[in-house]
Amino acid sequence: MKRKAVALYSGGLDSTLAIKLVQNQGIDVLALHFYTGFCITETKRRRGEKKEDGSHYMNPALKYAAKYGFPLEIVDISDGYMNVILNPKYGYGANINPCIDCRIYMFKKAKEIMQEVGADFVISGEVLGQRPKSQKSIPLKIIENESGLEGLILRPLSAKKLPPTVPEINGWVDREKLEGIVGRSRKRQIELAKELGIDEYESPAGGCCYLTDENYAYKYKETMAVEGKITQEDLVLFPVGRHFRLDSGTKLIVSRNEGENNFLLGFKKNYHFFEPLGKGPVAIAKTINGEILDEDDKQIIANIIARYSKTIDGKIDVKYSFMDREEILTGFPFDDETINQWRVSLNGNKSRHSP
Amino acid sequence: MEIKADIVHDATGTYCPIPITELAKVAKKAEKGQIIELLADDEGAIQDVPAWCQTTGNEFLGYKEEDGILHFYIRKV
Repeated sequence: MKRKAVALYSGGLDSTLAIKLVQNQGIDVLALHFYTGFCITETKRRRGEKKEDGSHYMNPALKYAAKYGFPLEIVDISDGYMNVILNPKYGYGANINPCIDCRIYMFKKAKEIMQEVGADFVISGEVLGQRPKSQKSIPLKIIENESGLEGLILRPLSAKKLPPTVPEINGWVDREKLEGIVGRSRKRQIELAKELGIDEYESPAGGCCYLTDENYAYKYKETMAVEGKITQEDLVLFPVGRHFRLDSGTKLIVSRNEGENNFLLGFKKNYHFFEPLGKGPVAIAKTINGEILDEDDKQIIANIIARYSKTIDGKIDVKYSFMDREEILTGFPFDDETINQWRVSLNGNKSRHSP
Repeated sequence: MEIKADIVHDATGTYCPIPITELAKVAKKAEKGQIIELLADDEGAIQDVPAWCQTTGNEFLGYKEEDGILHFYIRKV
């Protein structure tokens, strides 16, 4: 009887190798790529960013599954995933990546799909000792138990250093043909790629998840420090636009291009909304406890927008709207030094609210 | 290109991988042989849709652009 497996597939080298090693033993593999809502490719596309050669950024899972011939299912888990981010039982990794909880969540989903498609086990490209937070031997066991997949997660790259799994014990896969990689060196993976005909792959840092990004994490921590909570909208907005924190605690996001202009328009209903009457970026603002936006802040925002707009005679009119109120302000561009005192940025000047 | 679609799905305003996850949901419900027309304005879908067809075994019939909207045609296999 031909056995079947589902694989957690990021599109990175490790998960590509893991699938190839198992496919080469005659197992049918369905690769699963989970869309969490924190996808860097999605944001780059929204902004209209392209690569140097003019081509579009592409989801690595889709790109490499097509290139190397894996059946692929892209699974949207963004709804329930928010809760994983906001309430991780096992805490956060280096940035705000809740690695262990994230893996548990993905393995639970993989188990459901495994059962749906009649597969026998799950493959993962995890390497023992490669990542500080989730890929040591104890977390691997926690992940396995909590996802209800005891003995059914095969990690082909480290299999020889881990206890035998059901597919190995039952002889569905030959343990001897799997690997025993431990640690952060990529040497064996690069050799193995050559052996398996994998001639193109993403760099290890080329992942598609925002949660491992330190700039994203900085904005998350800043919001937590100032507002004491994070909303689902915050999570979506962290990668978009230029972020500022005014002295009153009001958060301001100013778009950087047309794609972001269109995206921020979607928040017009619930945010204080600013739109230059001319060429320039739109902006949204949120006061700290839903308070009224004070007049000084409105003027500061108009002046910040003017800094990034095409002004005529050193000024530009900016339409402000909130609920059913509308008002025309005149923005006079601030210089960068003034603006930088409010900027929420890991590398630039920091607002007084910096975490 | 004149292709008559059995199912039309509008994924405009969304970006990778959402047009693809939506296409996958539509394709799951479609009958074999039916033609799906996917509308998108994420230009990257020009790369994504054929790649998705390759990874799922569905047939990519082509695409056209009309008024800034991309129309992709896929036959469920």
